[in-house]
Amino acid sequence: MDKVFPQTTYEGIKIHDWDKWEDPFRLTMDAYWKYQAEKERKLYAILDGFNQNNGHLSVTDARYINVLKLFLGSTPPLELMAARGFSMMGRQMNGAGPRVACQMQAVDEYRHFQTQIHSISNYNKYYNGMDEFAHQQSRMWYLSDGKSFFDDAITAGPFEFMVAIGFAFEYVLTNILFVPFISGAAYNGDMAAMTVGFSAQSDEARHMTLGLECIKFMLEQDPDNLPIVQRWIDKWTWRGTRKLASVGMMMDYMLPKRIMSFKEAWEMYVEENGGALFKDLARYGITIPKCFGQTIEEKEHVTHQSWIGFYMKPQATPFHTWIPTPDEMDWLSEKYPNTFDKYYRPVLEHLDAQEKAGNRFDNKTAPMNCQVCVSTMKFNEPGDPMEMCFRESIYQGEKFHTCSDHCKEIFDNEPEKYIQTFISSHQVLQGNCEPDGTDVNAADFKPGQNMLDYWKLDKRALGDFNGSEDQKNFAAWREQATKN
Amino acid sequence: MTMLKTLAPYEVKSRDAVENYKGKQLLYVNWERHRMFSRPFVLALPPETLFSVIIDQYMTDCFSYHPDWKQIDWNTVVWQNGNTPFTPDRNKSLKENGIGHKDLIRFRTPGLDGIAGTGY
Repeated sequence: MDKVFPQTTYEGIKIHDWDKWEDPFRLTMDAYWKYQAEKERKLYAILDGFNQNNGHLSVTDARYINVLKLFLGSTPPLELMAARGFSMMGRQMNGAGPRVACQMQAVDEYRHFQTQIHSISNYNKYYNGMDEFAHQQSRMWYLSDGKSFFDDAITAGPFEFMVAIGFAFEYVLTNILFVPFISGAAYNGDMAAMTVGFSAQSDEARHMTLGLECIKFMLEQDPDNLPIVQRWIDKWTWRGTRKLASVGMMMDYMLPKRIMSFKEAWEMYVEENGGALFKDLARYGITIPKCFGQTIEEKEHVTHQSWIGFYMKPQATPFHTWIPTPDEMDWLSEKYPNTFDKYYRPVLEHLDAQEKAGNRFDNKTAPMNCQVCVSTMKFNEPGDPMEMCFRESIYQGEKFHTCSDHCKEIFDNEPEKYIQTFISSHQVLQGNCEPDGTDVNAADFKPGQNMLDYWKLDKRALGDFNGSEDQKNFAAWREQATKN
Repeated sequence: MTMLKTLAPYEVKSRDAVENYKGKQLLYVNWERHRMFSRPFVLALPPETLFSVIIDQYMTDCFSYHPDWKQIDWNTVVWQNGNTPFTPDRNKSLKENGIGHKDLIRFRTPGLDGIAGTGY
């Protein structure tokens, strides 16, 4: 059997009896198709109704549409990667229970990938910056973190993949992605995205249970599995946390009508719910992820740091950025009493004044990135919000920089993996990011001169929200829809 | 000691090895306590590049947007290469200043702590 299923042993996980796998759902394929078909019928009825009634004009204001642009680039492509990953797991696992469950999850993930794109495709008829998300996914600097997250998971063995995606992402962190996205869509009048979110969330419940079942199965099969599983939980909870910084930024800065702050969401979904989960797992010897303390400190900082990082690159994203209005800044002061006024309000007000004086911030330089999570190196030293956090490792004589102790530890554990990381700004400087037809051997070749063409970035989608075509069109169309 | 497990021998090269830069090397620059710029920037330059070029051209182009830039007293600037303090010579090259591939130059401007002293 080992020759047919070599992947289930090489990671060091010991399984003695695959029949002990308990399928918590006992769902047959036949019933699965029936349930899912019913969900699809309801979903597409709502999407059609929304689209036919010009639903896009009912959102709070046109800034909201930038949430969809960010989501479209960052999430559906990762759903597709999850579909690929779970298809592989369906082949690699040797037990009927996990094989069928992984196969169903693969189909679910493919469904999420499609329905998310379908719901946003209607906006693509009216607004800029959405049409090249598939091209941009493997090329744009700010999408590298998510791509790296899934590339790392899918190139691991099946059990690590299950801990990475099935447990750390789906169980510990998924609520912080989906609940704010769904509620945010609902609060801002986007019934299409809201319905897609709800339709997906009903699958997520099954995914969470699969992830948890896999953890328990490994821990019950052999005590030697514990340290391996613990290391994966530590690793993937941290990698997921870094990935979610941009979701938090969406909640705090991009939704015109806010649901709750990222800090509040983190407290509810991760500290309380996640904390309770780890208490349950304590009987197997599992301890709370190492990074937990740092995530609690960072919840008051990361969204502000992320938004400043995006705001200063108006020529390098297919969505618009802006400075929050005075009443939005007051909301941030109220939600972040320890940090917003002390560290972030003064710089945002300064940048606002600069923009109004015709001197909007545009940092044209290329970023330094973390070798592991591929985030730009923008996080603060733990305990000191004024200082940047830098860590470095030397491997085979070369320096590698990481953003945190946790990313450094991940690098040091498996350097062979992370020395291959695709860091967009480095690849540009090597001459590997040029539009088709560029002669990189020409005497006058200078790398990185045609990034907009390489990224296929629509010029209308660039720049500040103020003055954008989206802003003007939305105002004009809404006026037509509501006045004579 | 690596913890990587593989099904077969696994030999890979660094994607950012210095030989991939055709005679150049990577250099990162960060202005400490001026986080308005969000993160350090990266350059690929020949090791013969004079350090004055880094300051007068690349750092000035990027950082002069900040109101603190004009206030800098260059005699008091504190430099680090990574975590190691060093004193660069403007008129010497990166190589002569001991700056290698993927080094991170951090500079601190005492008394200047960003907008309203926030570190930004």
